[in-house]
Amino acid sequence: MSWRTFWRTVVGRAYPRFIGVWREKSWVVFDVFFPLLQVSAYVYIYRAIGAPPEFAGFAVLGGAMIAYWMNVLWSMASQLYWEKESGNLQLYLIAPTSRMAILLGMAVGGLTATTVRAAGVILVGALLFRIPLQVSHGALFFGVFLLTLVALYGLGMLLSSVFLLWGREAWHLSNLFMEPVYLFSGFYFPVRALGFWVALAASVIPITLGLDALRQLLYPRLMEQFRFLPVETELGILAGLAVLFIFLAHRGLRFFEDLARREGRLTLRGQ
Amino acid sequence: MAQEALAVKTEELTRVFRLRKREAREGRREILALDRVNLEVPRGELFGLLGPNGAGKTTLIKILATLLAPTSGRAFVAGVDVVANPAEVRRHINMVCGGETSGYGLLTVEENLWMFAQFYGIPSREARRRIRELLSLVGLADRAKTKVYHLSSGMRQKMNIVRGFLTDPEILFLDEPTLGLDVQTARTIREFVRNWLREHPDRTILLTTHYMHEADELCDRVAIIDRGRILACAAPSELKHMLQREAVFRLYVEGVADARAALDGMPGVRALAQEAEDGRLRLDLILAEEGVLVSVLSRLQEAGAKLAELRKEEPTLEDVFLALVGRRLTEGTP
Repeated sequence: MSWRTFWRTVVGRAYPRFIGVWREKSWVVFDVFFPLLQVSAYVYIYRAIGAPPEFAGFAVLGGAMIAYWMNVLWSMASQLYWEKESGNLQLYLIAPTSRMAILLGMAVGGLTATTVRAAGVILVGALLFRIPLQVSHGALFFGVFLLTLVALYGLGMLLSSVFLLWGREAWHLSNLFMEPVYLFSGFYFPVRALGFWVALAASVIPITLGLDALRQLLYPRLMEQFRFLPVETELGILAGLAVLFIFLAHRGLRFFEDLARREGRLTLRGQ
Repeated sequence: MAQEALAVKTEELTRVFRLRKREAREGRREILALDRVNLEVPRGELFGLLGPNGAGKTTLIKILATLLAPTSGRAFVAGVDVVANPAEVRRHINMVCGGETSGYGLLTVEENLWMFAQFYGIPSREARRRIRELLSLVGLADRAKTKVYHLSSGMRQKMNIVRGFLTDPEILFLDEPTLGLDVQTARTIREFVRNWLREHPDRTILLTTHYMHEADELCDRVAIIDRGRILACAAPSELKHMLQREAVFRLYVEGVADARAALDGMPGVRALAQEAEDGRLRLDLILAEEGVLVSVLSRLQEAGAKLAELRKEEPTLEDVFLALVGRRLTEGTP
């Protein structure tokens, strides 16, 4: 398979997600308005206890990153299950293209579409709650953000390959992962509050370290007392996780596809 | 036949599905979906697999399309082993299934087809040209900009057909392509398939169907499959010729609900199928020779049946199936 076909596949599979942003406007309600309600709850708690205004910024940033976690769980990890149900999976698998290209297309499309949603949360949240947003190191901030997303979508690709084998169990597992990660990754508060070992264990989800690093770059003075690890260390771990997840996704996809082919689980029985 | 001249070849191909505990049927934990299937399909042929639901047709297609591994035996597509080199097989094939709901509802017909073309590395301009051409051939050109979730099932299947042909595959698997479609749409699809093969004589189509008229009308050769085994394989005319010495009758009788007890095991009765129809019992009989009919009628009379109608029929593929399997194609696999 040529690189041209690889990239055409990426663009082709990303396309429905790009176009979905413009054609399904309901995301404004479900992905911006509803997350803001939850963010609001935390903002008002912080205000009620007299916490510095930057704490509201923690909550808004966490609310924006939730959009990515939801996207990874429901539109990456569980996606191949939906594709199997709709009959797309078998068409992907008989195409003479790379499965990684299909996953990458899903990731690139999902990432782009989710960025629009996340930007919506930050913009509306910042305006609504008058949150101070002053990025101290713009390039570094952007780099951490990008690396967090690469590692996160790498994890999504890995989960996607694992979930290839399962049917409805994938749906249940996504449900299982959703809420606990909100807590353990510190979406609404600095993760250090959970203690070093819990934070370390939660770091397997790249958003944990990504959020911590982004908060440090956004509110350096305040985060001195709340940071989990230095930004450079978090950056290094994120890079390691990105490589590891993408490598495992590549290997896992082949392994689980072969296994599913032997067990007859790639298509719906009778279809 | 030399391997290069064959589009599809299977050797003792077998597939067993192991059932989970909760799926076990009548204590059986395994289903033998394909039982030592040997097939050779030369390039350029429209080959049909005719059999009831559950006969193993789709299992065979899935193995050939690299979606399912065989339990034992071997299969080659375009001369390539489907287990040893599935990636190479995929360069030669495409597949369309009946009742397929593939694609994304929020994309238009054209966008969906373009997306699938990208997976085959077809440049966008060329893909759009082929899409326009094929949509117009299946009568869907005016729906190119319609979102897929607004299409009827017939239109959707036409789009699926275009998806299958869009990549100009050497070997195309059509799995029940007209399943559940109205007569007009099914006819359009059959015409399209026939014309495409006429224009591309080097291409091969493997079609599964349980519509015998579809197999009869389209296929160069047909394999009759039941319970995972190929029972006969020849041109439709040759298969029907198998029944030439025998006599095929259709009888309508009144006064009995079941004629099997009266006719089963009767000398000269090769096969019998019955079905209630408009308050009467329809009997399809294959007799060793016409003379047996007299004994059949007298046996029915003794059983209390009154003859309402009697027709001598030309043998069809349905009759061939009945003669081979002992039940009608529409009755499914028990």
